[in-house]
Amino acid sequence: MLEKALRGNKYYWMWLGFLGTFMAIGAICYVRQYNYGLGMTGMSRDVSWGLYISQFTYLVGVAAGGVMLVLPYYIHNYKEFGRITILGEFLAIASLVMCLMFIIVDLGQPIRAFNVMLHPTPHSMLFWDMLVLNGYLFLNLLCGWVILTAEHKEVPPPKWIYPFVYISIPFAISIHTVTAMLYCGLPGRHFWLSAIIAPRFLASAFAAGPSLIVVAALILKRISKFDAGKKAIDKMVTIILYAALTNAFFVCLEFFVAYYSNVPAHKAALNYLFFGITEHGVTYNNLVPFMYGFVILGVIAIALLSIPYTRKKNEFFLGLGCVLMFISLWLDKGVGFVLGGFVPNPLEQITEYYPTPNEIMITIAVWCTGFFILSILYKIAVKVEEDIHG
Amino acid sequence: MDKKRRDFLKIAGISTLAGLGGPAVVDRLVNGTSPVGANAAREYDPDAQGETHKAGAGEHGEAAEGAKTRKRWGIVIDLRKFREDPELAEKAIKVCNYNHNVPHFTNKRHEVKWIWLTEFENAFPEHSQYHKDTKTLETEVLVLCNHCDSPPCVRACPTKATFKSPDGIVGMDYHRCIGCRFCMAACPYGSRSFNWRDPRAGLDMKKINRKFPTRMRGVVEKCNMCVERVGIGLQPACVEVCSESKAMIFGDLNDPNSEIRQVLKNNFTIQRKPSMGTHPSVFYIV
Amino acid sequence: MYDSDKIIPGLIIFVLFITFPVWYNHGDASAEPKPELPKGVKECVLPVADMRAEHMQLLNKWRDEVLRDGDWAFDVKVAGKKYQKSLMNTCMECHKSRKKFCEKCHKYASVTPYCWDCHFAPVE
Repeated sequence: MLEKALRGNKYYWMWLGFLGTFMAIGAICYVRQYNYGLGMTGMSRDVSWGLYISQFTYLVGVAAGGVMLVLPYYIHNYKEFGRITILGEFLAIASLVMCLMFIIVDLGQPIRAFNVMLHPTPHSMLFWDMLVLNGYLFLNLLCGWVILTAEHKEVPPPKWIYPFVYISIPFAISIHTVTAMLYCGLPGRHFWLSAIIAPRFLASAFAAGPSLIVVAALILKRISKFDAGKKAIDKMVTIILYAALTNAFFVCLEFFVAYYSNVPAHKAALNYLFFGITEHGVTYNNLVPFMYGFVILGVIAIALLSIPYTRKKNEFFLGLGCVLMFISLWLDKGVGFVLGGFVPNPLEQITEYYPTPNEIMITIAVWCTGFFILSILYKIAVKVEEDIHG
Repeated sequence: MDKKRRDFLKIAGISTLAGLGGPAVVDRLVNGTSPVGANAAREYDPDAQGETHKAGAGEHGEAAEGAKTRKRWGIVIDLRKFREDPELAEKAIKVCNYNHNVPHFTNKRHEVKWIWLTEFENAFPEHSQYHKDTKTLETEVLVLCNHCDSPPCVRACPTKATFKSPDGIVGMDYHRCIGCRFCMAACPYGSRSFNWRDPRAGLDMKKINRKFPTRMRGVVEKCNMCVERVGIGLQPACVEVCSESKAMIFGDLNDPNSEIRQVLKNNFTIQRKPSMGTHPSVFYIV
Repeated sequence: MYDSDKIIPGLIIFVLFITFPVWYNHGDASAEPKPELPKGVKECVLPVADMRAEHMQLLNKWRDEVLRDGDWAFDVKVAGKKYQKSLMNTCMECHKSRKKFCEKCHKYASVTPYCWDCHFAPVE
């Protein structure tokens, strides 16, 4: 079926070329970073994880979000999702590849990455994260490919694949739970030390992942004969809406706990993220605009997705709502969550983080690689659908 | 045998296996080689419960065989002595940096620190007071790796590149570190540094200690409590340099007769962030 | 065969390409390396053959024993003298030259161990 990705119109090739250009630039930037060390990035002793790990965290969520299609279809037999489940599985593949790439570019000694398997350490959450991420990647490759092949041949999928599909559901939950555990099990990082991190991650994941799928479905409907169906999209928007509201609720709970308890350490990172901290006459607030963006875009997105006119009558507003939702949650988890957790540092000093251009180019390149893979996979999926339904 | 029965048996078999295997895994995780449970702490020193480090651990420790044979190195830092001689801290820092070839970078982003001076309120953020006394205000505190008895960094490390030695020192194996910096996020004391670039670029290669290696870029490093000296019966370099004034006292926390235990018995000491449950092996007399 | 005009030249290029190292280095065998041995000392930590074959495993073993198990004792005996398990402070005490000893064979075998990224060889 791979050959289906080799035939496309000129826009398809232009799109791939566009992504490929950024991938090439990013590769050069990575060589620079590899030769000099991670000092090429804006990270420091105090903010020791930067854009790379925050993107990783967000994308784990996007990967897990696909389960919101798999679960209703395979467990609740919700037939409307039949055609787009594959979009969820393929999105998970692309996201996971991005996750693994972000981990690799973040490592100080990438050639030693296999030490994680040579010296397995079950008390490290990173070890489990490696297991569940690779497991989920394998499951999605397997299920996605087998089911699409069956569809291609116009036969029902083989029975043996179903156990793997069912296993992939708890795996989706686990990837984001274990990723949350990377953070919420660390003493001395009060912003992360919260039992609500895992559920909050899942809630935002179940909004972010499906948002991207809805956008993709709307685009595919315009540029190909692949139609996800009005009912399916509407159901997904419902899921996005509930998940986003749950996430907002959880964020509010974090605020309540911090500010009502009035414990300084709990308030510090929230203060820094949303209002800025002033210390020794210097104001540190470089993440405040992002957090305002998160809130404002989130409110607009929720409005667009819940007002009947914008949600049902006008596909532009529907798509815009989903895009804004995706960006809003990215600002929350892909920027604020990881970077904010490092401020203030364990000695209650403040160091701000500014990514360097080299680092930003690598980050963009990894995103482009993900969308490159996603485009190819969606191309195949769409072509298979088109061949069958003409 | 009809089909349903076979299916049932299959499922039953698999569940039994899972049932048998599951608890074993949990057991291994909690006990085994893992430092997750603070049981290691019990074995070493039954009374080392973080903030309330009572004297006379031996009385309770008698029962545990391990307590007698195992060492747990610790340091007491007497801030009074450092106030008396303001140059002492600089000396300690200098000798450490020289001994371990700790690089110096002018760019703060690339900074590497093993032992350094910080304000009292930064070293002890949990000891905030309204209207501090002048002494405390003036005190700068030497901070270094606490060599915790239940170290969060060791728990976090995915390759056992950072580990707890049998003598209580939290060590680093730079050959194995993959540079994921999970330990840096896990350390509640900010004691760990990363080699953002080749450390030799931050060293004067003519003035280095050729008996001790440098690190390479892309690995995490920190104070090693001078294992290379302690291993051959010497005291850590920083302690040795202060030996005249006894501003730093080094010894075995598990030996009730050691000097450090006597000092702990006769002085009120505090530890950094005891509420983290890390059981630091570094104590301060204010 | 379809497209034989493309396939056959393609195959030839492919074969030439993957055998590149073989014919590129052909007839270029450098002389057997002769690492300079310390003068006056006949003994090493292990017999010569073992050292030749397994010095890297030994170094790894030493590293783990010293660093991880805290075994800093002077219990390596060579010609009656006691040493620590250490590359920098033991091996290089007799084998004073990295260039004339280590690198002779390493260059010949085209291996680049990263010991010296961190450890120091004696000044030459």
